[in-house]
Amino acid sequence: MNIRNILKVALRSLGRNKMRSFLTMLGIIIGVGAVIAMMAIGQGAQYNIEQQIATLGTNVLLIFPGSSNQGGVRGGMGSMTSLTADDLEAIKTQCPSVNVAAPVIRTGGQVVFGEQNWGTSIMGSNPEYFIIRSWPLALGQSFTEADVRGATKVCVLGQTVADNLFKGGNAVGSVIRIKKMPFRVVGVLSPKGQSAQGSDQDDIVIAPYTTVQKKLMGVTFLGTIMLSAVSDQAMTDAQAQITELLRVRHRIQPWEDADFTVRSQTEIASAAEATTQVLTILLASIASISLLVGGIGIMNIMLVSVTERTREIGIRMSIGARGRDILLQFLVEAVVLSMAGGLIGVLLGIGSSLLISNLAGWPTLVSTTSIGLAFLFSAAVGIFFGFYPARKAAQLNPIDALRYE
Amino acid sequence: MKENSSLITVRHLSKTYHMGDVEVHALRGVSLEIARGEFAAIMGASGSGKSTFMNIVGCLDVPSKGEYLLDGVDIGKLDRDQLAGIRNEKIGFVFQGFNLLSRTSALENVELPMFYKNVSNAYRRDHAMEALKIVGLEDRWHHLPNQLSGGQQQRVAIARALVNDPSIILADEPTGNLDSRTSVEVMDIFQQLNEKGITVVLVTHEPDIAEYTKRNIIFKDGKIRKDTHVERSANAAQKLKDLPALLDDEEEDAA
Ligand SMILES: Nc1ncnc2c1ncn2[C@@H]1O[C@H](COP(=O)(O)OP(=O)(O)O)[C@@H](O)[C@H]1O
Ligand SMILES: [Mg+2]
Repeated sequence: MNIRNILKVALRSLGRNKMRSFLTMLGIIIGVGAVIAMMAIGQGAQYNIEQQIATLGTNVLLIFPGSSNQGGVRGGMGSMTSLTADDLEAIKTQCPSVNVAAPVIRTGGQVVFGEQNWGTSIMGSNPEYFIIRSWPLALGQSFTEADVRGATKVCVLGQTVADNLFKGGNAVGSVIRIKKMPFRVVGVLSPKGQSAQGSDQDDIVIAPYTTVQKKLMGVTFLGTIMLSAVSDQAMTDAQAQITELLRVRHRIQPWEDADFTVRSQTEIASAAEATTQVLTILLASIASISLLVGGIGIMNIMLVSVTERTREIGIRMSIGARGRDILLQFLVEAVVLSMAGGLIGVLLGIGSSLLISNLAGWPTLVSTTSIGLAFLFSAAVGIFFGFYPARKAAQLNPIDALRYE
Repeated sequence: MKENSSLITVRHLSKTYHMGDVEVHALRGVSLEIARGEFAAIMGASGSGKSTFMNIVGCLDVPSKGEYLLDGVDIGKLDRDQLAGIRNEKIGFVFQGFNLLSRTSALENVELPMFYKNVSNAYRRDHAMEALKIVGLEDRWHHLPNQLSGGQQQRVAIARALVNDPSIILADEPTGNLDSRTSVEVMDIFQQLNEKGITVVLVTHEPDIAEYTKRNIIFKDGKIRKDTHVERSANAAQKLKDLPALLDDEEEDAA
């Protein structure tokens, strides 16, 4: 029997039990769909981080409060209080390899303009922040060094906040209320889009850090310090100078761990990338368990099918079908089931990935590799789980199969 | 073709079934020769071993003991695949219960043996159509088995048996499920095939069916008890003409 005829026979016999074939495929459909969707989420996050790394200044360093050995960098972020404005000034003046430095302190709150009300994240920094992040203003201008010194109530709006408060109207010059206090809007930032973690970077209000510290939060520490080295080559020097300076300033003994951590921005992003990679693999492996369950479903139904069609097998053998003809016939049926399931599963996976990115706002990426892999895997599932029933059919004795009632 | 040379030679064939502790001796040493071009009927009481014998000759089953040569080939020395090849090319088997694939058209049922051979689709179709023509069902080629009468189904099965030009057609009670007139129609086809030189061996327990053949072999308790030449075979075609005409529209009823 040539493969075209085998395929025809397989399709026909599957078509005779449409409901059963569909339910059998469902396991594979869900399995492949889940694998594709999970990989899309993981790879989407990964791709996003890669993009981020590409656009990141390679000369940017970050200083976090907390030691790198205790609890890790990420957990300590913003929750510790070891960095101060004096540290910032000292770094600016005493580290020759540092070009510019900006503090970052974050809180959240409601911002109000007239009838409009918007909950957003509020950040305190200095004018250098926009330089380090290469984040130009779309309208107006940044607050100034004088604003920082005087802790004036001025602010710069992210695009999302501007859109939501002013609905297309002119924001610059207006007075908004942040946590009930009046702030004058001096500028609107150009749109920056999503961050590596998928959050909207334009959903932000930036004010002088002194204002945020004193007027909004009532604290004296800084969350993190972001700075750029004079050149890419000066990164290591800058890191060494900062570490030495801060250790002295914080009176840390040589045998003690520092209460801060200096990391380059690309290092952090790479670490995040590695994490998402592990996450992708984890998600895909969990999803592939359902593919395995789908395979067992195929095996089950093929065994039933072989029993039901024992007489047909006997008839075919009586007119000259060899064991391998019968084997191939049932194997092809199993593979057609699993591959059709795989195909529908791929479509389902792509569909749900789109849905996820639209509804949850997560970045997703369906790669051809993941489609190819899921498809191959479903074919392999068909062959693996179809083989035992098919071999059982092929090993029947013609006369026993014919006599089967 | 070699006239009168032996097509089937069996020597001391025996078959024992084991049912738990009980041994059932279905065949107890059968020796027989069937020549090319013969038309033989195997008769005997129920349980006398006729089907067991036919299944072994049809390469569907293997004997417990004894030798079987088909066309000079020692069947006992062949493996499963080679036996399948023999069933495909040299043997056409017709069953009492027709054994057609359900929900599969008459034409496709007849094509089936050629699926397991290397032939082109066009050749397969033409050849199957020709076989259907021989049994007079060319205009029913698209009918499914359940749209055909018992006699028509058996004729489709005969077409399937002869489509690969086998050395021998074996039929185990081919008229067992048919009424008397349809039985004669089926015997008419076998007679026509035999006249063309095809060897036919069939099982029947009805003496008037055996009369259409040329040789009657009678089994009893797994042995051959009698083996006779039929002096004057009945003519099925003639018999059909003599039967009352009112039954002639049977085919229209079934259509
Ligand atoms: N598969 C089998 N298992 C056990 N006994 C069998 C089997 N097939 C046939 N027999 C026994 O072998 C004997 C011959 O059977 P069979 O060849 O079918 O007879 P016939 O076709 O002449 O009626 C019977 O006694 C029957 O019960
Ligand atoms: Mg019998």
